[in-house]
Amino acid sequence: MDQTRRDVLRASGGASLFAMLAAAGLLRSGPTLAADWNKKAFESKNIKDALEALGAGSPADSADIVMTAPEIAENGAVVPVAAVSKIPGTESIAFLIAKNPTALAASFNIPSGTEPSVSTRVKLAQTTDVHVLVKANGKYYMTKKEIKVTIGGCGG
Amino acid sequence: MDRREFLHVLGMAAACGLPLTAFSARANAQTAARLYDLPRFGNTHLLHFTDCHAQLLPVYFREPNVNLGVADMSGRPPHLVGEALLKHFGIKAGTAEAHAYTFLDFEHAARTYGKVGGFAHLATLVKQMKASRPGALLLDGGDTWQGSATALWTQGQDMVDAGKLLGVDVMTGHWEFTLGAERVRHVVDNDFKGKIDFLAQNIKTADFGDPVFPPYVIKPINGVPVAIVGQAFPYTPIANPRYMTPDWSFGIQEETLQKAVDEARAKGAQAVILLSHNGMDVDLKLATRVRGIDAILGGHTHDGVPAPTIVSNAGGKTLVTNAGSNGKFLGVLDLDVKGGKVVDFRYKLLPVFANLLPADAEMQALITRVRAPYTEKLGEQLALTEGLLYRRGSFNGTFDQLVLEGLMAEKDTPIAFSPGFRWGTSLLPGEPILMEHLMDQTAITYPYTTVTEMTGETIKFILEDVGDNLFNADPYYQQGGDMVRVGGLSYTCDPNGRTGARISDMSIKGKPLDAAKTYKVAGWAPVSAEAKARGGEPIWDLMARYLRSRKVIKPMQLELPRLKGMEGNGGLA
Repeated sequence: MDQTRRDVLRASGGASLFAMLAAAGLLRSGPTLAADWNKKAFESKNIKDALEALGAGSPADSADIVMTAPEIAENGAVVPVAAVSKIPGTESIAFLIAKNPTALAASFNIPSGTEPSVSTRVKLAQTTDVHVLVKANGKYYMTKKEIKVTIGGCGG
Repeated sequence: MDRREFLHVLGMAAACGLPLTAFSARANAQTAARLYDLPRFGNTHLLHFTDCHAQLLPVYFREPNVNLGVADMSGRPPHLVGEALLKHFGIKAGTAEAHAYTFLDFEHAARTYGKVGGFAHLATLVKQMKASRPGALLLDGGDTWQGSATALWTQGQDMVDAGKLLGVDVMTGHWEFTLGAERVRHVVDNDFKGKIDFLAQNIKTADFGDPVFPPYVIKPINGVPVAIVGQAFPYTPIANPRYMTPDWSFGIQEETLQKAVDEARAKGAQAVILLSHNGMDVDLKLATRVRGIDAILGGHTHDGVPAPTIVSNAGGKTLVTNAGSNGKFLGVLDLDVKGGKVVDFRYKLLPVFANLLPADAEMQALITRVRAPYTEKLGEQLALTEGLLYRRGSFNGTFDQLVLEGLMAEKDTPIAFSPGFRWGTSLLPGEPILMEHLMDQTAITYPYTTVTEMTGETIKFILEDVGDNLFNADPYYQQGGDMVRVGGLSYTCDPNGRTGARISDMSIKGKPLDAAKTYKVAGWAPVSAEAKARGGEPIWDLMARYLRSRKVIKPMQLELPRLKGMEGNGGLA
């Protein structure tokens, strides 16, 4: 391919790009929404406790949450996961990892009028189910996918 | 060359070949005509080879007698071996075709029909198919630049040049990437520029997800616009060292693929072909989920499948093929495209019998030239084998057994592991083991031998982990290699078991493996960057020393696991 975004960044230089993003309002500093930080949920040791701390109870399985994640992680330390919610009134999207020491990896608040599409990278210690939890109109929905973490090698 | 001339040449070749066989020159000419006089069908033609693993010269290659499929893959192609395969495809036992597709009576049949593959012989067949099928495209499914000494020593240049001379139009890859991202880029941007399209819709930059290679190309074949979409091996950074392609991400990306197919159709493609290095099980699943692909020309799992599997999906039907390995086969797909769509097809997986196809002079000259600097090194006789040596099989092969015994002897360990690679050629009883043959089993860019202290628990974990890569009920969770070969340790395997519960009864010299005890395990081909930093004697040096000291290699006694629940499986003979 002709040019990747990496090449563009390299050519444009880190400093000027930072200024550009800042000017465009893409980088924000200032007060974070510390009040919204659900400490208990983020420190929960398993999915059940995390769901409880989030007030999600037992979410219904939903086919309207589309999760994109690899079947086998290329690098367990940085596994790209993404989710799109097609459920009307989506308020938040969270990623929960069944076998991590703390289950809740990330939670995104979706302001009204925003496309409910998020992506992030998560660290997986071992092969595990990764769950996507969606809150919409006060109700909770969930889907999951197994992501395998393997020692690798021996292929081909 | 027209058809009549080609048949004449085949007759001449057959007449001067095979002095050892009981078959007459006439019988050979008849076989050649039966195999290679393939009438043209339709108006759109694709020729496909894959996983040649840099075998420029004709070789012996024994197909497996164990190729287990579990869950939905049980008892259907490609998981059929021997008689079960012949029966399924209606192939007569004792024929050249039966020899090409199965291990049956291998030694005798190999002496009868001779070696297979070789780029000079493949080139003759390609030229003939192109002559009888004007406009035909030649597709290379990858694993072309790795698998031989000369490919390793020239960083794949011998195969890059051979591919160009062969007339490859489109290529995708897997082991190519173990030469490093920069080397691949260099070849694609220079040697291939304007000549060969290297495609991979599933390789993106790890940071922003930008495409690294073009996803597809549309080429007219006799006026029919045909899209070829590339699918590189999705688990390259897992099955092979990630440090070779640190900035690239692979994977099975159905949405990206669907987008590429839809885009190609929107641009006017009347037939869409996926050139895939997924492996056949993955391709069979993919074909149920992605719409608009007429045929998947597949590789990776080295399955020589005589006829396509026809898979239904929401968009219609998709043919799924797999074209074997080591230059042994050429797939010929004829499509009849009418009214903007594929209405009918013919497919043949042609075995390349070196004795039935005369060598192409131009290709032969190239092969001689690239080998010239290395002939002495390649030709060193290390030992003589009294038994048949081969690699393929779900659990072990005699050549791997030899590697395991070499590792345990040279590293003085009670246990050895050897990767379940599917490449590697075969040697007949009584043949010398040359340095070239050893390299055919070991030529990789991370050849380090290792000795690792492992607890019994770790050893079980590794066997379970690799077992799951082979026997997971969902093909998307498989990697397509065979089971890690294990020396010194016996075990029971239940391929139908759940993840983490397939391996049991592990014992070493009759004593149960102790989960808490530490054992020394020899191995090679580690994929981690740490292992690269530590280094280690290359496997070929260790094995060359071992073979020279032994001089004569007795027939191998294979160490195989006891199997559970596999009675009657068509992938087990």
